[in-house]
Amino acid sequence: MGFTDRHLLGIESLSPAAITEILDLADSYVDFNRQPARHADALAGATQINMFFEASTRTQASFELAGKRLGADVMNMAMQASSLKKGETLIDTATTLNAMGPDLLVVRHPHSGAVNLLAEKVTCAVLNAGDGRHEHPTQALLDALTIRRAKGRLHRLSVAICGDIAHSRVARSNILLLNRMESRIRLIAPPTLLPAGIEAFGVEVFEDMEEGLRDVDVVMMLRLQKERMDGGFVPSEREYYHRYGLDHDKLAFAKSDAIVMHPGPMNRGVEIDGTLADDINRSVIREQVEMGVAVRMAAMHLLARNWRAATAEATA
Amino acid sequence: MTATLIENARLIDPEAQSETRGWLLMRDGRIAAVGREEAPPGADERIDARGKCLAPGIVDWGVKIGEPGERHKESFRSAGRAAAAGGVTTLITRPDTVPPLDNPEALEFVRRRAAEAASVRIRPMAALTKGCAGEEMTEIGFLLDAGAIAFTDATRVVARSRILARALTYAKGLGALVVTHPQEPGLSQGAAATSGKFATLKGLPAVSPMAERMGIDRDIALVEMTGARVHFDQITTARALPALERAKRNGLDVTAGVSIHHLTLNELDVADYRTFFKLTPPLRSEDDRLAAVEALRRGLIDVLCSMHTPQDEESKRLPFEEAAAGAVGLETLLPAALRLFHAGQLTLPELFRAMALNPARRLGLEAGTLGEGAPADLVLFDPDAPFVLDRWTMHSKSKNTPFDGARLQGRVLGTWVGGRRIHGEA
Repeated sequence: MGFTDRHLLGIESLSPAAITEILDLADSYVDFNRQPARHADALAGATQINMFFEASTRTQASFELAGKRLGADVMNMAMQASSLKKGETLIDTATTLNAMGPDLLVVRHPHSGAVNLLAEKVTCAVLNAGDGRHEHPTQALLDALTIRRAKGRLHRLSVAICGDIAHSRVARSNILLLNRMESRIRLIAPPTLLPAGIEAFGVEVFEDMEEGLRDVDVVMMLRLQKERMDGGFVPSEREYYHRYGLDHDKLAFAKSDAIVMHPGPMNRGVEIDGTLADDINRSVIREQVEMGVAVRMAAMHLLARNWRAATAEATA
Repeated sequence: MTATLIENARLIDPEAQSETRGWLLMRDGRIAAVGREEAPPGADERIDARGKCLAPGIVDWGVKIGEPGERHKESFRSAGRAAAAGGVTTLITRPDTVPPLDNPEALEFVRRRAAEAASVRIRPMAALTKGCAGEEMTEIGFLLDAGAIAFTDATRVVARSRILARALTYAKGLGALVVTHPQEPGLSQGAAATSGKFATLKGLPAVSPMAERMGIDRDIALVEMTGARVHFDQITTARALPALERAKRNGLDVTAGVSIHHLTLNELDVADYRTFFKLTPPLRSEDDRLAAVEALRRGLIDVLCSMHTPQDEESKRLPFEEAAAGAVGLETLLPAALRLFHAGQLTLPELFRAMALNPARRLGLEAGTLGEGAPADLVLFDPDAPFVLDRWTMHSKSKNTPFDGARLQGRVLGTWVGGRRIHGEA
């Protein structure tokens, strides 16, 4: 069984086979996207609405491009600006949009679980584009695709995730995915940025970055929000960079062919050294962005397949 | 007034901690006689209990009613019906209404409304500080005169220790009972869950259970300093128990309660962001739940209550972080408590010690016992009758119960207040 769900809400509910099916299809879309003419029809005639309750440029652009390349009619709604200001609830907004008959809602929301709640109230497919600190499944999938293409596999790798684990949905989704694909995960962060109970997720935790990076295959850096730097969670930007900023010296503890990843947007000089981020021999940060479009195309393609199969079954 | 005899009953006596087969005679609103042998003749009405349980009516401490301000969530009338159906005969209500009950006039309104709309006994608690804002103490003396049974800011913590210390000192002078919510607000602010693996997996803002221990530590220190009489509304974590035990051993005048939800549910029940399971404090780990059950069994935690908190659909149909906290419980307190009985964790006399006798004693009420001369506030129930709860059948205006669809055991067959039957077939 591959990916058969109606929605894509998180990695937690995905089997290894489902993950592999999405990644395999995404792989083919990478090649497709590198061609000069890039019009597919997997979503032809379908309506995709991007509902972003939290500002985003990159992710929203990636979903928009992915939908357009698959032939969907794509609509972007900046939700902070519209009905929520008028006091409408999330569920009302969702049911209103649902009544307009979209096929797919791509939703980002600042609160954990909000996308699950919305998915219960609509009849179309829902794709989670990030909810609070909970999950960001397409980010984990695009990271997985990037790793798989660089390393040839997803199992038996040693992957370090470094930075603000506590507030990161990217970290949660990546931990769940890499665990499911049987890689070893090391978390590197100051204790103030580690969530409670994280040891129970089958990970190794390191406070010392050099020790944590020893012999890893992949280094994933996380963004540290500016507002968390001034004494709240870490004492200062410069102390954080000194202890947890990734540069060539610290990277030397990892394997010599270890790749460097970052979900963006980066704070150069805070969590990652600018020249390292641009080093094409080590950094795959730009590939991640490219994989993002391909993975989102694959995920939406498979959701469309699943809803068409469900419709066919219902009418048969 | 007429005399009513209930015979052939399984008498649950929380004072004697006994269960015996026998009869109970009520006359003029009070319990006239209780016995084991042959029932006396001469009653106007005889009820055959058919071996079912007869216990003192439940004294539910910490009930939220939406009057004034949020009558669409719960009125005295709807709460009274729910209580009668749940075997609850006395409601100790919370002052965290809109506006809060912080002046004698507001309290007078509540007493009048309660008397005209509800057939159960309703004794209001008043706010400890004006507006429950934690800044200035209320007119504790006037409020006592107006019938306040205790003083509390409900789930709002008086964060400034100096203000709480003064309020406790003043209350001590008047002999008033103060109820605190032991929690360190500096840690618990914004939290929707208890920190740990589950909250991390679900990405929910969480509070360490240590916040409760810090809260009780501070409150106990202030009791030691002021000599006040204090009840802790809910103790829900294992870590807070040693402090409570020490305080009691040292002779401080403290007692503690716990909600039925924290004894029968744990954090995992939240599952996929089910907001009916969002409570204050949040549901705890299974270890904490078991520790609280054991503490109740051995009497370290004195009181078991429902923490009845009605919330309308709109305030619950939101993302978990934004949703309102609290659950209704008047109608499910007894069947949920019976889960602990059926699981072999607590006996029926132990349950009624915590649900009736202890709260009544602590609050200076005559109720809570089957003793002769006590008010005839009684509940007759079948502890075994199974049912599946459908929340839409409940009497509460708000239907926010975590037990919707749950299999429960325990049906209330009759409820009496002051000898008058207010629930069940006549």
